[in-house]
Amino acid sequence: MALLDIRNLTVAFQTGNGMFTAVDRVSVSLSEGEVVSIVGESGSGKSVAMLAMMGLLPWTARVTADRMEFDGKDLLAMGSGEKRRIIGREITMIFQEPMSSLNPCFTVGFQLTEALKTHLRMGRKERRERAVELLNQVGIPEPVKRLSVFPHQLSGGMSQRVMIAMAIACNPRLLIADEPTTALDVTIQAQILDLLLKLQQDNDMALVLITHDMGVVAETAKRVMVHYAGQQVEHQEIGGLFANPHHPYTAALLAALPERAASKKLPSIAGVVPGQFDRPTGCLFSPRCRFVTDLCRSSEPPPAPAELGSALCHYPLDDGVPLNHPDGKEAV
Amino acid sequence: MFIYVLKKIGVIIPTFLGVTLVAFIFIRLLPGDPVLLMAGERGMTEERHARMMAEFGFDKPILVQYGLYLNQLAHGDFGTSIITRKPVLQEFMTLFPATVELSLCAIILAVLLGLPAGMIAAVKRGSFFDHTVMTGALTGYSMPIFWWGLLLIIFFSGILGWTPVSGRISLLYYFEPVTGLMLVDSLLSGQDGAFWSAIRHLILPTVVLATIPLAVIARQTRSAMLEVLGEDYIRTARAKGLSPIRVTGLHALRNALIPVITVVGLQVGVLFAGAILTETIFSWPGIGKWMVDSIFRRDYPSVQGGLLLIAAIVMIVNLLVDLLYALINPRIRHTE
Amino acid sequence: MPDGVAQQVIDFRPVGRMALMREFWAYFSENRGAVMGLCFFVAIIIIALFADFIAPHLPNEQYREAFLRPPFWQDGGSLEFPLGTDAVGRDMLSRLIYGARFSLFIGCVVVSIALVVGVVLGLVAGFFRGRIDTAIMRLMDIILAFPSLLLALVLVAILGPSLINAMIAIAIVQQPHYVRLTRAAVMGEMSKDYVTAARVIGVRRLRLMFVTILPNCMAPLIVQAALSFSTAILDAAALGFLGMGAQPPTPEWGTMLAEAREFILRAWWVVTLPGCAILLTVLAINLMGDGLRDALDPKLKRS
Repeated sequence: MALLDIRNLTVAFQTGNGMFTAVDRVSVSLSEGEVVSIVGESGSGKSVAMLAMMGLLPWTARVTADRMEFDGKDLLAMGSGEKRRIIGREITMIFQEPMSSLNPCFTVGFQLTEALKTHLRMGRKERRERAVELLNQVGIPEPVKRLSVFPHQLSGGMSQRVMIAMAIACNPRLLIADEPTTALDVTIQAQILDLLLKLQQDNDMALVLITHDMGVVAETAKRVMVHYAGQQVEHQEIGGLFANPHHPYTAALLAALPERAASKKLPSIAGVVPGQFDRPTGCLFSPRCRFVTDLCRSSEPPPAPAELGSALCHYPLDDGVPLNHPDGKEAV
Repeated sequence: MFIYVLKKIGVIIPTFLGVTLVAFIFIRLLPGDPVLLMAGERGMTEERHARMMAEFGFDKPILVQYGLYLNQLAHGDFGTSIITRKPVLQEFMTLFPATVELSLCAIILAVLLGLPAGMIAAVKRGSFFDHTVMTGALTGYSMPIFWWGLLLIIFFSGILGWTPVSGRISLLYYFEPVTGLMLVDSLLSGQDGAFWSAIRHLILPTVVLATIPLAVIARQTRSAMLEVLGEDYIRTARAKGLSPIRVTGLHALRNALIPVITVVGLQVGVLFAGAILTETIFSWPGIGKWMVDSIFRRDYPSVQGGLLLIAAIVMIVNLLVDLLYALINPRIRHTE
Repeated sequence: MPDGVAQQVIDFRPVGRMALMREFWAYFSENRGAVMGLCFFVAIIIIALFADFIAPHLPNEQYREAFLRPPFWQDGGSLEFPLGTDAVGRDMLSRLIYGARFSLFIGCVVVSIALVVGVVLGLVAGFFRGRIDTAIMRLMDIILAFPSLLLALVLVAILGPSLINAMIAIAIVQQPHYVRLTRAAVMGEMSKDYVTAARVIGVRRLRLMFVTILPNCMAPLIVQAALSFSTAILDAAALGFLGMGAQPPTPEWGTMLAEAREFILRAWWVVTLPGCAILLTVLAINLMGDGLRDALDPKLKRS
């Protein structure tokens, strides 16, 4: 049975100019101990989907889904008190900005032991021991001394280590890492990523890694979901995704990786992710797609079969060739 | 932290010197001959005029006069009232507790009501409660409090007859002041009903004086809370599965308090300004009323001394608030 | 379609100065309180401008047969004096209408003086820094060390009680807020690249200060001007109430209250009405100021 099972999750925000759909019919499922990655540009709604699952969105958000279950328990029907027993204990999350994600008014020790007190009802001494153990696990030197330190006295990398320690405090079964390395120095990024994977294996927890960095995806995940403008445009095993992307967007993303660039000039995807005011009709990727036809501009594509990565495209690619495309055009 | 405190004190000292200069210049700026001005319409003989000029030191060069003035201040001499012939400091100290009592009650009332009101309004943003509190706060903030006091007197004293119109306690009771705070003294006196009488005298002035600080604190708390509630660390706290009460009451409030403390500190000056009006309306024998009376009686040494003492008190309280601010803000407390 | 060139989706939202104004108005008009405040304020301005035509009587004309006449809906009242008369038989409504002139006049004068002087001082302090800055800010600290109303009272005592002197005193007392705001805004702008760019191409100092930097600091100043307009009215009324502002028989609202004090338990209208006028005017301006702040402050703008 799947640990997390989400079907057709839709999140809409109330704004000054009507509703804005940030997440559009996204499905996610993963089993115990699995590592799944969600990739997409900024603004593609990849974090919002997970925040919605955690119940961390502001009140302007409207969340609907056909199914949202964790370990067989329905997260949608659950009362807030019951949900809080799962959130922070069995499902935890770390965020993009470690520096601002720690409360500046409380010590590291206080924030680290808070979840232990709330969820596991540990005593003071026990909590302290566990906190030291956790800081050791995430590779923070002099853990005893760090307990009484305030967040502003930590560097970005240290703060993210503390965030990770907080997240694994109650031995969760699912950790969601929302762009955990984006705000960090390049040298620190690899360290944090390695740490996350090591903890994932040691504790045998499932990991959802949200990122915009294809390099990070390649190093970590087994399965990848590609998000674009709130929609899940492709879903594949990691090997297949890199060898044979089925959605033109994925293909374009991969082509933009410096390691894979064929020509001297690095290809890029022109334009930006559509926002609230410039949402195209039909396929959302159509304004930026190389293979666009009138059909793409007028009607929304249905998902392709699973063997084609459930690609949300009228002409899913196979070995770089758009299937059933009227021009019969070949990819370069 | 230590450096922060030193810096604050370093700013205060020149400012205080500036304040003494203002107080010193004040009498010299009065148009016309200061001695004649104080004498008012009574007029005086040539000889008496010369004697008074010498007494106040007006016949010496201006810098010498300022030096003498500072010297006086250093010896605790804030001048002598020309009406009562008593030292200004002594007069000030007898009246000061009345103002302290009133101001303390007002600020406590304002914090006790304003803080939770602002908090709840922020959490329930856009709700009926939020709109009510914010409308009320803006009305309070726009209130001419001297009129507000009169309205309360018309209603509670005139129509309902619940509260007395003026003074600190009923004339039926008399006891020697011990602390100067009527609430404490009336309890110490042990006389039946004295404490109750003191409370009834205190209620209306307290409400009037608390109005503007209450409005300011409620508004400030709400906006500080709103800002803090949008911060990343609040999301972290919620991601831990903490209860909403713990998230807002501990994680958010602790951070929101930092700007609110500053605003509460700034209310000390506002309270003094309010005390001038409130004490005048309710004939409350405190510093504010004394200052107004002194101005009207042309008791300029009293005005001068009072001006200086009040400014000094405001500056000291502001310094204390700065220290408190540093204490609750780890970013200042823990910097080397 | 050629490689790498994607079809452009054009954002049709308008641009330019008019669009900015329209956007500002869109934010402002969303706030119902602010619009109500604005309407009331405009009404007050109209009343003040056309007081001579609107007011049924002259503000200082005494009707000796009609002392303390109640408003028309009460026993003994008549439509001749719709809101009653005061203790010396003057029509309340007419005095209130003429009073609007004084309040607006006070607000305008005080804000103009405080704004102009404050902005110049703040600009100089923030632009030059160093000793000039320290001197100016220390001077402002000294003014701020005194409770505002007390300092205003003492200043009026020096200058002599009158409306003009009260306005000068209040302007001096409000000065520091403008200086501090301008200085903070200027210092924020000074570090930005466009200022550096202007310096590099050799823009003259005065032009840099007033043409390049100052317009970018206006938003907080406009809000402060609105809020201090209302504070000025309140403080002037308080001074009038204490007998240190406008002198009787001027129909200034605070002075009217002072004259009415002894009748609080006998004739409610002579006390209630001037206060209502002050409260409503100040409230309207503050509502407007809040709306301005929300519309001008991008930090609070909704995305």
